[in-house]
Amino acid sequence: MNNLLSVQALVTALNSGTAIVDDISFDIAEGETFALLGESGCGKSMTALSLMRLLPDGVHLKQGEVHLANENILTLPERDMRRIRGGRMAMIFQEPGLSLNPVMTVGTQIAEALALHQDMHGAMAEARCAELLEQVGLSDVQRRLRAYPFQLSGGMKQRVMIAMALAGQPKLLIADEPTTALDVTIQAQVLQLLRNTQQQSGMSILLITHDLGVVAQIAHQVAVMYAGQIVEQAPRAQLFAHPAHPYTQKLFAALPHASSAGHALAAISGSVPALGSTGVGCRFAPRCDQAWARCHAEMPGWTILPNKQGVRCHLYDTNEVSTTRQPPGISASQAEQGSSHKGTMSDGVHPQHSSTNYLLQVENLRVHFPIYKGILQRTVGYVKAVDGVSLAIAAGRTLALVGESGCGKTTVGKALLQLVQPTAGSVRFAGNDLVGLGAQQLRVQRAGMQMIFQDPYASLNPKMRVAEILQEGMDVLSIGKNSTERQQRIDELLDQVGLAQTSKWRYPHEFSGGQRQRIAIARALAVNPSLLICDEPTSALDVSVQAQILNLLKTLQQELGLSYLFISHNLAVVEYLAHEVCVMYLGRIVERGTVAEVMRAPRHPYTRALISAVPHIDGSGTLSPCGIETVRLEGEMPSPTNPPQGCYFHPRCPHAMNVCRADYPEATHVSDTRQVHCYLETTEKAKQG
Amino acid sequence: MMPVVLWTDAMIFLLLATILAGAWHIRKWPHLMLPWQRVATSSMGMVSLLILSLFIMVGLLDSLHYRIALPDKNNGQTVYSAEVVSAFDALASGLKNRTEKTYSAPMAVYLYAKESMETPGGEILRDHPRLRFGGAHLQNIERDWLGDVVQKAVYGALAGLLLGVLLIAAVWILFLRQRGDHLPLPKITDSPRKALLITTLLLATFFGAVANLAASYHVLGTDKVGQDVLYLALKSIRTGLVIGTITTLVTLPFALLLGVAAGYFRGWVDDIIQYIYTVLSSIPSVLLIAAAVLMMQVTIEMHPEWFETSAARADVRLLSLCLILGLTSWTGLCRLLRGETLKLRELEYIQAAQSFGVSSPRIITQHIMPNVMHIVLIAMVMDFSGLVLAEAVLSYVGVGVDPSTMSFGTLINAARLEMGREPIVWWTLAAAFGFMLVLVLAANLFADVVRDAFDPRLSHKN
Repeated sequence: MNNLLSVQALVTALNSGTAIVDDISFDIAEGETFALLGESGCGKSMTALSLMRLLPDGVHLKQGEVHLANENILTLPERDMRRIRGGRMAMIFQEPGLSLNPVMTVGTQIAEALALHQDMHGAMAEARCAELLEQVGLSDVQRRLRAYPFQLSGGMKQRVMIAMALAGQPKLLIADEPTTALDVTIQAQVLQLLRNTQQQSGMSILLITHDLGVVAQIAHQVAVMYAGQIVEQAPRAQLFAHPAHPYTQKLFAALPHASSAGHALAAISGSVPALGSTGVGCRFAPRCDQAWARCHAEMPGWTILPNKQGVRCHLYDTNEVSTTRQPPGISASQAEQGSSHKGTMSDGVHPQHSSTNYLLQVENLRVHFPIYKGILQRTVGYVKAVDGVSLAIAAGRTLALVGESGCGKTTVGKALLQLVQPTAGSVRFAGNDLVGLGAQQLRVQRAGMQMIFQDPYASLNPKMRVAEILQEGMDVLSIGKNSTERQQRIDELLDQVGLAQTSKWRYPHEFSGGQRQRIAIARALAVNPSLLICDEPTSALDVSVQAQILNLLKTLQQELGLSYLFISHNLAVVEYLAHEVCVMYLGRIVERGTVAEVMRAPRHPYTRALISAVPHIDGSGTLSPCGIETVRLEGEMPSPTNPPQGCYFHPRCPHAMNVCRADYPEATHVSDTRQVHCYLETTEKAKQG
Repeated sequence: MMPVVLWTDAMIFLLLATILAGAWHIRKWPHLMLPWQRVATSSMGMVSLLILSLFIMVGLLDSLHYRIALPDKNNGQTVYSAEVVSAFDALASGLKNRTEKTYSAPMAVYLYAKESMETPGGEILRDHPRLRFGGAHLQNIERDWLGDVVQKAVYGALAGLLLGVLLIAAVWILFLRQRGDHLPLPKITDSPRKALLITTLLLATFFGAVANLAASYHVLGTDKVGQDVLYLALKSIRTGLVIGTITTLVTLPFALLLGVAAGYFRGWVDDIIQYIYTVLSSIPSVLLIAAAVLMMQVTIEMHPEWFETSAARADVRLLSLCLILGLTSWTGLCRLLRGETLKLRELEYIQAAQSFGVSSPRIITQHIMPNVMHIVLIAMVMDFSGLVLAEAVLSYVGVGVDPSTMSFGTLINAARLEMGREPIVWWTLAAAFGFMLVLVLAANLFADVVRDAFDPRLSHKN
């Protein structure tokens, strides 16, 4: 195979001299998907922007060569570079909503690319636009051409972006986190589309991602980046089977999955080093438990292993191997990691839950937001964000609420805390109904239930110091008699969440994302709650940090007997942490049961689709089919303003029957712990009965 | 001598005290200090601050008012003059008292208009008469004038330069030595200090030359009734500053409270506040201000017994102008703050506070106010220059300050007639424009630097 793109010793640096991308070299063969895998801030997006020569102000290319089809594009004048961008090399971005111009129709935007790179105009361009949209799997193409971006959903917008990128018939497509902003079912659709397009056109893809699952699905070659450097490079199967670099090994170990549910995850301590804070040695050395003196003193070179796998680590340095240190066998090191963390936690401490012992009981909760229209602001309809949700959490248990974005799961969390006024239903917390309580009475109940938010960058007031943040809740709810007692409690809390007591007098911006999430957890714990509502607490964090936070949550549950309502779209995390699962679709719960039941044997077609859309990576390092038939969902979730008649899921359901279009299915009790809202179950049960 | 505290004086000193207290507070908190430290590293910011502080110094001196005791006593009781003068008047008494008959050009020794004069020989001659004060010491005007002007300018400049050097040396000894820097010379390699040094020396030289010339000439000429234009322009500074700052202070509570309340509470509170500011901003502001000022003027005219002196009356008129301007111009900032609060209230840290049951007033003061302060600060400094200009426009229209109050607006208003004369009298207008330009430019440049320093997106550059 010929190399389409060849990058040699690329260095991209800030104007102050700090290298963001530090000496990177790789080749991409024709028709190959090359994945650049790394955590946030490791320089992978900057690598892509360097290739496109679209670097932001204050960042410049310092050295290196980039050959695209044997042409050094770094020396080209800007004029010729414009021809290459979009022509031979196209890029799609993470946020499809932000990469389309909101005041131009989709057709005009694609036609613009066609006119520039293919010199196509008028009717010919329009025909080609329609063809491209069809190619990316959009239906009703003629209407879509005249649609504005706001009329399209996120998945459709990303398809349009891909169509636009394909318009110039590029040889290389750079996809920067193309599915990060999308739901799992839509992500599966887009990845499938990328794969198909690649097969048809034979283009190469440079895929930039932090998600091992995405890599497992479509990459051929994988390069792992850490702090501006590529630390390991190998074909996908080989990398997944034998990760060589300690960082890659730990990245795999940090992934939560069902088999690890009993014990702590092998989290990587610390966080990705800040720009410019790297010393002379190996950049991973401070977080590496196999590091020795040499790692801190000397930057490891690029070593090619006998199996052609490239790695930047002293462990594989041939001069070093025989004399000073035996490189641990990969399997041995993994076993070692596993054993070192095992036994710290056991699964047997959960209190037996009985039906009378529920901490939180929610009956038929509804949250409808009115839609106003006209001068008189009359109510013309309702957004039924939550439409009849019932759930119950026993003390010391974790209930996960799972669903795609927009299904109303966050609104449930807020309605429980009475941050959003429920329209109907009851929320009984520790025996008291919270709905309709006055502000004073509610304050008494507040201490029992607290929330941890998704974005640790938005959930801490930047103008308050850590101690003030932690103290606020205690002040309001009069916890602790005087300020010395509160200060003591703050020290305790910081210990509990694993932060130094000296961090008390610092401001949130001085902390990394994971540390900030720890502060947020400490803030919630400050008032001694018995239930924590965790709203996607790890989705804004890197994989290695996510494992730390999940471990922390699990430890806290065991030490303090906390109950969690865990709101998430990440099924792997849910599988690791939860005891019971509720699957939500369009404001209603479609299936509930214990983790084992729902994850291993999903009954509802939506649950099945959701689970099969998540790429599973098992121990052997390849994609495992997870024992469930793969259900690819078409289309997207309808708007909660106007839910479909009958079962809400029937327009996307592969098993839809006539009865599904008529009435919403009642709950079918499959077992004591299990309920499914689906006519398939009803008929099944009828047959048995 | 009897000190007189006019309303605006009281407010100015209150404001000064607040600012000093605020600065004291900020010194204690490193996160509050940080943006100001960034301002302090900017040459542009420090130079414009230096120039601004010169204006403020003139304004403050001009705010120390008093009445002089008259020499004759009435039944043993001291009688005070009806005229209220300020410390600045006392310092600039030379400028104030040396009034000519009418117009004279800058640096002139003759009046601008011809007059009939009787020569010692008894003939009637029509010519420009000599000025009473400007260049009165010259014997042979044709021969000596230019030489004298140059000589006085150079001597003054040298004296100023010397004073400047002494001043810098004094500052260095007072401040830098205290910190324990035992350097033989102040370190002047970093740019803001260097720029400050150069600016101080240049300004000292310039002021020295002007002061020395002003002792014997009218540097910016005289106006219709022979008053020194330089004096008028310097007196106008206080009016400009009062209007700029007090008006901003009047707008602030309205904008801050209403804007944040509208954004935070939404619902009917938001509706009412929005209606109020939409109505206010849809009335042409000059008309609204003119109507309010005229009403206020009538009230003042009807109650002469309220005021002891004419200065007090003029001062109340100035203050009420500030109030009226303030009451009509809070809408812009209010709208801005409402928008920002709408954004902030959805942030998760506000929701976290709500889930603790923190009360709304406390959320507003603890969480929202500190996070909109940067906008308030920037808007205040930007408004300041706009208001100085607004006063000029209103005085020009005739609804501004009392005619006895010197302001840039009244100067410009007077210049309206002078521009129509032949030959043209240009110096009043030029002086007003020159002073306003420097004041507003310095304020704007300073605001720019402050805004950059508070912008979190720019904070990583250094």
